[in-house]
Amino acid sequence: ENEKTDSEYNTVAEIEKKITEAFEVFDHECNQTVDVREIGSIVRSLGCYPTEAQLHELLAEVEEEEPTGYIHLQKFLPVMTRVLVERSYQPTPEDVLLHAFEALDVNKCGYLTKEELVKYMTEEGEPFTQEEMEDMLSAALDPETNTMRYKDYITLMIVDDV
Amino acid sequence: MGHSHCSSACRFRFCALAFKAAVLIQRWYRRYVARLEMRRRCTWRIFQSIEYACEQDQIKLHNFFSYLMDRFTPSSSKERKLPHAFCRYAELEKYCDYESMEVPDSYVGPRLSFPLLPDHATALLEAFKQKQQLHARYVLNLLHETRKHLKQLPNISHVSTCYSEEVTVCGDLHGQLDDLFLIFYKNGLPSPSKTYVFNGDFVDRGKQSLEILIVLFTFLLVYPNEVHLNRGNHEDHMVNLRYGFTKEVMQKYKVHGRKILKMIQNVFCWLPLATLIDEKVLIIHGGISDTTDLDMLEKIQRHKFISVLRGKKRKESNRNVEIQEINGEDKAQASPAEQDGAASACPQSRAAQAPSMANRLEFSRWVRQTVQEQIERCRRLVDVSESEEEELTYSSLVSMTDLDAPESFRSLQILDILWSDPMPQEGCRENTVRGGGCYFGPDVTEKILKKYSLQFLIRSHECKQEGYEFCHNRKVLTIFSASNYYEIGSNRGAYVKLGPDLVPHFVQYQANKTAHTLTMTQRISRVEESAFRALREKLFAHTSALSSAFKAYDKEGRITLSTWATAVESVLRLGLPWRMLRPQLVRSAADGTLEYQSWLEDLAMEQRSREHIQSGLLEVIYRNRSNLETIFRIIDRDHSGLISFEEFHQTWKLFSSHMNIELTDDGISDLVRSIDFNKDGNIDFNEFLEAFRLVKQSTPAARAKPPRSHDANRI
Repeated sequence: ENEKTDSEYNTVAEIEKKITEAFEVFDHECNQTVDVREIGSIVRSLGCYPTEAQLHELLAEVEEEEPTGYIHLQKFLPVMTRVLVERSYQPTPEDVLLHAFEALDVNKCGYLTKEELVKYMTEEGEPFTQEEMEDMLSAALDPETNTMRYKDYITLMIVDDV
Repeated sequence: MGHSHCSSACRFRFCALAFKAAVLIQRWYRRYVARLEMRRRCTWRIFQSIEYACEQDQIKLHNFFSYLMDRFTPSSSKERKLPHAFCRYAELEKYCDYESMEVPDSYVGPRLSFPLLPDHATALLEAFKQKQQLHARYVLNLLHETRKHLKQLPNISHVSTCYSEEVTVCGDLHGQLDDLFLIFYKNGLPSPSKTYVFNGDFVDRGKQSLEILIVLFTFLLVYPNEVHLNRGNHEDHMVNLRYGFTKEVMQKYKVHGRKILKMIQNVFCWLPLATLIDEKVLIIHGGISDTTDLDMLEKIQRHKFISVLRGKKRKESNRNVEIQEINGEDKAQASPAEQDGAASACPQSRAAQAPSMANRLEFSRWVRQTVQEQIERCRRLVDVSESEEEELTYSSLVSMTDLDAPESFRSLQILDILWSDPMPQEGCRENTVRGGGCYFGPDVTEKILKKYSLQFLIRSHECKQEGYEFCHNRKVLTIFSASNYYEIGSNRGAYVKLGPDLVPHFVQYQANKTAHTLTMTQRISRVEESAFRALREKLFAHTSALSSAFKAYDKEGRITLSTWATAVESVLRLGLPWRMLRPQLVRSAADGTLEYQSWLEDLAMEQRSREHIQSGLLEVIYRNRSNLETIFRIIDRDHSGLISFEEFHQTWKLFSSHMNIELTDDGISDLVRSIDFNKDGNIDFNEFLEAFRLVKQSTPAARAKPPRSHDANRI
């Protein structure tokens, strides 16, 4: 019984250390604060897959009463710890990701054209910014055919995801 | 889907589905990008911490080196005769004489004649592009003329945008000639209508430092009104010993290398310290401190400060620091005040002057005695001053010159200008990472700007991912011109252009075509690979310390991953996010524990596969090989490449006791014996180090790797 509580305690303490480390990577002024725009990167690099909407909810919890543009570790740590302990924002399995692409591929040809991709990513769901769109295109698009073979792209996204 | 007469319900269903699908994809993608961003930042942190950790070693070594410099007089064998002092320029001229040098007809490189013309400059650029080497005669001639020119320049250059519409400022180049070529290609060559300021650190680390100097000095002489050079902290022979410039020169000019180095030393000290544009923008290499005084800087005799080292640790409030002026091989015999050449303040009255090198045996004996004395002192001091900082211990061994307060204060002025870094917090404190200069806050910047009615500062000294970076409310601009500094794809280089409105315009670049063709992911992966290789090397070099640290937490040879992170940081002290990096460094068991012994062995195997030497000794040498090299180069004052076995052994002992390394007497003996050296007891240490490197590179695996891997100690 004792052992279990010990390991539980260790886990929470360990989680807190992990969160603090990730936070500090973005803490440029070494004063326990990060720019609010980096919170998304921090949360995601800790293994979570929040939607933008979910991220906004989280931000509401960690922001100061009068938003300063900065998030303090003090506020972030307990909220993020809870997120990790409760395993919120888990990814959907890879095959579901594949289905998502297949759903958009109305002609079932195994690829999306540049136009299709841009349309869906910038007009549907939680739209990409222009920068995000350009980034995805640069890596995903085959320049000769101007298409994205999504199955190949998925492998790239998965393999890299340690 | 796809039916031409899709019902509205169908269409509605598709819309809902498309929405959901899009959200899913976007969610995944954003997580992927965030992960990449984290990896990119971690990689950067790795490179930076390793780089600065090396510079931290410098703190300990500076004092040790100056002790050595003080102690070892030049060898007296015929070709090795070096004059004791270059009190008069005439002596320097005589030693570095080039006029009697003959240039053979077979020489196809550029031939310079003075005064230099623009054609000479372009010919040189072309020659270097063809990988030709400039004949030593012309190198020396150029250096002499450069020195003559620099001497008449003030400490602070004044540039005006009304004469030259635009001024281009470049940062650190660090021997990366390709970057300089790229800058000239994009921005144009220096000319009466194109003004350039080069903000120091032209040499070290990159392999074409000498070519860069030659090009810059040539343009300096051809267009003296349009080319301005600031001194950087690497324009310093002590630093050059460590970071590769000395080695580069000796390798490229085997016969005349010494002369060239000597001449360069006497050119570096004459480089101006700062540049002012329109009296509004101050350009210095490192930064400032809360005691920076431009009026004083204008009046200092800058050439007297060949190499500025730190003596005692400076206190926050009291800046009375005793600084030793190091003068390389020279010992001034006359009062330095009116002398032209390098001045030294090393006292002659120090006991136990080294015997002449004519009798090597005698010298060896003397070395042994002195070494013993020093080791004893080391030990005594360690006992006595346990509570004091490490640096005090080392510095006490250095022969401290009692410089008067004004002298040391002047020295500090230059030190701060060349070595300081900005920090986000207010205030001004010692730069313990670099071992010289300060960390200065936005308030310090504000004060200086106000005091001298300046608009902003431009400095270099720190590598920036985008080639430039603002801080202190855009009042301080860092400009860094060496792209791919750590590794291909690690960072861009940049230069900044200022017109009469003094609004900065930036141009960024990366001097490697490969970097352009790679996607962001590939670039990050590649740089990351390099960073982790360097990190694993560092981990390996601390095997025994790590092993002890792990044992403390040990339960049957296993530790938790959490413990691993804590222990590693306590040993390496690099301030890295170890938990973030862990997946790339450690494979753990399912229960989240690690068998640390086998992990350490895996590390060793990666390194050991390149070596024949036993691993214990290997570890120690690995950690210190560049330091060893530097020490050797100091001992071998005539750069002949030979030191006696005795000297080697004793130096190692001295070094290891200074650095608190266990003495491995037998290990060293075995090691040395396993290498061929002359039966007369001399070690050709260039071959020794070369052999060491060759063994490292000789495995097929190593050969297959990309040639330019980041090695924190690389040249």
